[in-house]
Amino acid sequence: MSLIFSLLAGVIFGAGLTVSDMVNPARVSNFLDFAGNWDPTLIFVMAGGLAVTTLGYKFIFRLNSPMVDEQFHLPTQRQIDLPLVGGAALFGVGWGLAGICPGPALTDLVTLEPKVLVFIVAMLVGMIAASALRARVDAMKVNRRTELIGSNRRS
Amino acid sequence: MTIFAPVSGLIGGVLIGLAAIILMLTIGRIAGVCGIVVNAMTASDAAGRLWRLAFILGLPLGALLVTALGLKDWSSITFPATMPTTAMAGLIVGVGATVGSGCTSGHGICGLARFSMRSVVATVTFMATGVATVFIIRHMI
Repeated sequence: MSLIFSLLAGVIFGAGLTVSDMVNPARVSNFLDFAGNWDPTLIFVMAGGLAVTTLGYKFIFRLNSPMVDEQFHLPTQRQIDLPLVGGAALFGVGWGLAGICPGPALTDLVTLEPKVLVFIVAMLVGMIAASALRARVDAMKVNRRTELIGSNRRS
Repeated sequence: MTIFAPVSGLIGGVLIGLAAIILMLTIGRIAGVCGIVVNAMTASDAAGRLWRLAFILGLPLGALLVTALGLKDWSSITFPATMPTTAMAGLIVGVGATVGSGCTSGHGICGLARFSMRSVVATVTFMATGVATVFIIRHMI
């Protein structure tokens, strides 16, 4: 059941990216180009998406649980830290370079454009490398914390 | 050159919002494409990988559906970046979105809709560096 719902969500998401023309890297780049022929379409996409999602979430979060799962799975981190800001900054650079982000890249597979495939493969490599790095850093943090607790106990 | 299209932009945005709502209402998940792709590869349980793969498969299917309905002209779509730049961009996007815990959909739509301060900071940051990058490659180099 959950598979059908997530497939449906993916289809509607992909349809939205297609209708809004966010699948067009030229349009995304033109949005980021204030000094050129600025195309504000992306603002309207975000406004539409945000209005619906904000309103929808408001009602959904009044429920005790989602329809086919025991609980909502929401991010628990609250801290504004270096990985968040550094990662987002890096993401923006990549986004600006080609005008492509993950959702439109996957949707653009239908164009059979070789650049789309290259982008996706490179993106997956970056994701795997970064998750491996994150896992190692997290493990190091846990180690350091247990060492600290250990030394506190000793003293 | 692309022509400003507020109406189709708004309609597309509403569809994206609808997708985010469906995913949260039914299985209680954030519709952040980056997080979904990363966890589709790294999740330890088969069920956790499967629903994500179904969502990912849905994205191009949605594009095909719109095309089948005769609502999309793909001939206007262009990929201005060169092949090496595109590869570099993909790598940077992959690393950045993973380290920064999200991308345009996760932070820019779902995170902002939850009034998450982390997402506000992330969205402002990637918009700023995106604008700066385009300015440099289009107007300085």
